[in-house]
Amino acid sequence: MRKFLFIATCLFTTTVSAKTIHVGANRNYKNITAGIAAATSGDTVLVDAGLYREQKMTINKRIFLKGIDYPKLDGEKKFEIIAIKANGVIVEGFRIMHSGISSLEDISGIKVYDCNQVTIKNNILEDTFFGIYIQNGVNCTIENNLLTAQGGEEQQNANGIHCWKCDSMRIIGNKVSGHRDGIYFEFVKNSIIMRNTADKNIRYGLHFMFSNDDMYVGNVFRNNGSGVSVMFSKHIKMINNYFEENWGDAAHGILLKEISDGYMSGNHFSKNTSAIFMEGASRVYMKHNTFENNGWALKIQASCMEVVLEENNFIGNTFDVGTNGSLVQNTFNHNYWDKYEGYDLNKDKIGDIPYRPVSMFSMIVEKYPPAMILFRSFITALLDKTEKILPSITPENLKDNAPLMKKAF
Amino acid sequence: MIKIIKYVITDILRNKIVLVYTLFLMASAFSVFGLEDNSSKGLLSLLNIILIVVPLVSIIFSAIYVYNSAEFIELLVSQPLKRKSIWLSIFSGLATSLLIAFIIGAGIPILIYQANGIGFTMLAVGILLSVIFVSIAMLATVKTRDKAKGIGAAIMLWLYFSLLFDGFVLFLLFQFADYPMEKPMIAVSALNPIDLSRILILLQLDVSAMMGYTGAVFKDFFGTYVGILFSLTILTLWIAIPVWYATRKFNTKDL
Repeated sequence: MRKFLFIATCLFTTTVSAKTIHVGANRNYKNITAGIAAATSGDTVLVDAGLYREQKMTINKRIFLKGIDYPKLDGEKKFEIIAIKANGVIVEGFRIMHSGISSLEDISGIKVYDCNQVTIKNNILEDTFFGIYIQNGVNCTIENNLLTAQGGEEQQNANGIHCWKCDSMRIIGNKVSGHRDGIYFEFVKNSIIMRNTADKNIRYGLHFMFSNDDMYVGNVFRNNGSGVSVMFSKHIKMINNYFEENWGDAAHGILLKEISDGYMSGNHFSKNTSAIFMEGASRVYMKHNTFENNGWALKIQASCMEVVLEENNFIGNTFDVGTNGSLVQNTFNHNYWDKYEGYDLNKDKIGDIPYRPVSMFSMIVEKYPPAMILFRSFITALLDKTEKILPSITPENLKDNAPLMKKAF
Repeated sequence: MIKIIKYVITDILRNKIVLVYTLFLMASAFSVFGLEDNSSKGLLSLLNIILIVVPLVSIIFSAIYVYNSAEFIELLVSQPLKRKSIWLSIFSGLATSLLIAFIIGAGIPILIYQANGIGFTMLAVGILLSVIFVSIAMLATVKTRDKAKGIGAAIMLWLYFSLLFDGFVLFLLFQFADYPMEKPMIAVSALNPIDLSRILILLQLDVSAMMGYTGAVFKDFFGTYVGILFSLTILTLWIAIPVWYATRKFNTKDL
């Protein structure tokens, strides 16, 4: 009996200790800072709709901060809006706008300082410098936020979701546009980026630096200044992403620079100036990707090695593959090329003669870009045909020995 | 004048060659759209037909026609008619009949399969090229009296515009590789109606590849209203100048 009473008392006390604090114009606490000050670890702070002007709200205890009907938090173009400095904090349902601008302090809409298990979800961020900035976080979730910045100059603008030195992050279902980089990862490992949309960002939709063992799945990167860039990283998995309409001389669907042991599958590349640009990539395996209506489907520099392309579809691209040298240490196998003109005598659905995806004219354009003005003219078609029969400029070993007669999937 | 044009047109239409040309265009356009699995690839093949076959047929047919009607022209000259109106009527008659052939032969398939911006550009370009090469043929025939020489010159002109000129441009590009050649290239393209037409279509067909730096320079120029106006003006000049010069020559020619 005594034991039972003891347990019952314990339960009673724990339920009582987690209280709910209301903040609003007609409540006891008129502003959120006061509400947070009154809360203790484990409490819920509910914020009514309205406009709140508070300078750098700091959350330094484990609370659940929730907005009802998107209360507006205004940084008056001077301040950082929410700073999270405790583990396990949840921030949900706010409209966060007009943060200050400072590259010195990295002012952001929501900034997380050295915490773990923080969740930031269902917020709307407008006109913030950095949107959501996680510094040294572990096991945090950033979910279903909508981030919009005004665009403009690169200096006046910072990254949407910025993770620096993190581990085990989950970035899911966010929409980022108008920022410098949509999503930025530096020294982040074991993390997943899933179902996000990054469009119309000034620089990259997704920017990856020195981040190993990460995975991104089902994201859409559209019409960003220079597409997506993945650099100096190992063991990255990229699955079922869409890379679309990244137009410009320095724009790529995805730029892979110094990447090793990557895996790409089920990605769609359409209408990019160059869908994939690879430099110094090694041991990257690409399977079941679709390249459609790009200027160049693949620009693979001679510095790449052991890149394997299998069962990809190349459809309607102006040039299939471009390269800058004659050294080829990569493998193309069982891909479908819509420009393939070979035959299949034994009906095994594999073409009997190899396909050379690098055309002579693409080599000429690589060297003399203004030659693009002669594209599809009679003389270049003639040159291409002779080159196909007697390769002299194009790398002899860059070929698909077993091209498919029908689409790979 | 209208009477002569009417006569020339009926004369040409009675001649079965233009009918065959119409049927050829139609057959190839339909087969090209029908055979390829996506219609943009069909457009590419059609592009080659328009850029190569249309100028060839226009220039050679017109040259031969003018030589063959030498006696008819002499007869007309003996009548109280201005030489200018005789020559222009023959030009208009030839241009109209080849235009009808092109519009029926290539226009119908294009409108059926590709009734969009690219299709209409192609149609416009084909129409302009037909007339341009009739005009060039008129110039070639008025300059030489000898039939074989004149037709030879017409073939050479076609070869020059569709092949040699591009080779020359490529050579120029290699020689001046160290210089920024984007803007001069725009000027050079104005010297060849086939090149200009090809670029106009290219800008719609290969948009993604054209967004690279060089392509962007071309696109910034030819993609704007000023650029389109410029190209149309140049193409119209390619019609007007040879015809004007040929008419002047014909006025003083000893027949």
